[in-house]
Amino acid sequence: MTTKEIENPLIKFLLHLGDNALIMGHRNSEWCGHGPVLEQDIALTNIALDQIGQARNFYQYAAKLIAEKSGEKLTEDSFAYLRDSWDFKNCLLVELPNGHWGRTILKQFIVSAYKSCLYQALTSNADEQLAGIASKSLKEISYHLRWSSEWVIRLGDGTPESKQKMQDAITSIWPYTNEWTNFTDYELNILGDNHWNIKENWETILKKVFLEAGLSIPTNGYQHSGGKMGNHTEHLGYILTEMQFLQRAYPNAEW
Amino acid sequence: MQTLFRKFFYGDYGEEKNLAAENNQPKQTISEWPLWEVFIRSKQGLDHKHAGSLHAVDAAMAMENARDVYTRRSEGVSIWVVESKYIHASNPDDADALFDPANDKIYRHPSFYELPDEVKHM
Repeated sequence: MTTKEIENPLIKFLLHLGDNALIMGHRNSEWCGHGPVLEQDIALTNIALDQIGQARNFYQYAAKLIAEKSGEKLTEDSFAYLRDSWDFKNCLLVELPNGHWGRTILKQFIVSAYKSCLYQALTSNADEQLAGIASKSLKEISYHLRWSSEWVIRLGDGTPESKQKMQDAITSIWPYTNEWTNFTDYELNILGDNHWNIKENWETILKKVFLEAGLSIPTNGYQHSGGKMGNHTEHLGYILTEMQFLQRAYPNAEW
Repeated sequence: MQTLFRKFFYGDYGEEKNLAAENNQPKQTISEWPLWEVFIRSKQGLDHKHAGSLHAVDAAMAMENARDVYTRRSEGVSIWVVESKYIHASNPDDADALFDPANDKIYRHPSFYELPDEVKHM
């Protein structure tokens, strides 16, 4: 299978959600054993696992739909381990390198804020299984948002050095934010008119937290896009190389 | 002047022998976060029990760290955190004076009364 052939908007949307969660989770997991203190190491690793769990739910549902439509037998692993970067539909932001702790937190905050708005909208989606996964994930995401926004405020409203580092991180990450609410056809097909609320609610959260943190939002500048259609940065290739190595070198390996 | 009483903090023992002179306070550098004690209630109606300790810069962070470190396998429905420096501990050297006298006073246990049959659940 190549997922290029997938035209069904719901399946595309599920893969988009799953890929965002998986790649973000994988990036977070890179901190495992390297966190600034033990407690925060565990916190971020928990968040990584939550997101990988969410990815599994989306992939499993997508595999089920594909089996119903074409009879092709796929599993969650087919999507995670046997696709190449052009098949992935995640936003570019999640594949960016972590950088320092503050930059990692900032990425997590921006993504969690977006997800909290998106999943809230999805809880009332006509597709019951999608709505079910969304409401289950929403509890986890509420905590991710709480945890990451507190950190953004701590560091933004901290010492002059921490503030500067956070401001620099915002400047470098901001060109990857518009992509989230620059909706593709397959997203609009599932979200309908709800997409206006998502954009508005997301911006409200970002502004509120950045204001409290004393950080400013860049007002203009170039914005990257393409991830949702499979056009990725070079970083995704490196992530997949590491993540997929075992399955590629030893197909169907189990333990 | 010799002091009669000394205030002990949770965590003082053990380190005390290594501390130079009469340094009463646990050492803490600016880069080290304060220690907090975590108490978890495993289900409604039960007491909060001491689960362990962790480092955090303030109560909000201590609460979240406690959630992440001590309740990730469904151990709790409620969390208390308290900064360890606010817990006063008895001195192990006083154990004889404090606890031994109770050992030979079995009459303090309510086991010498005949319970009427009507009294249940005792």
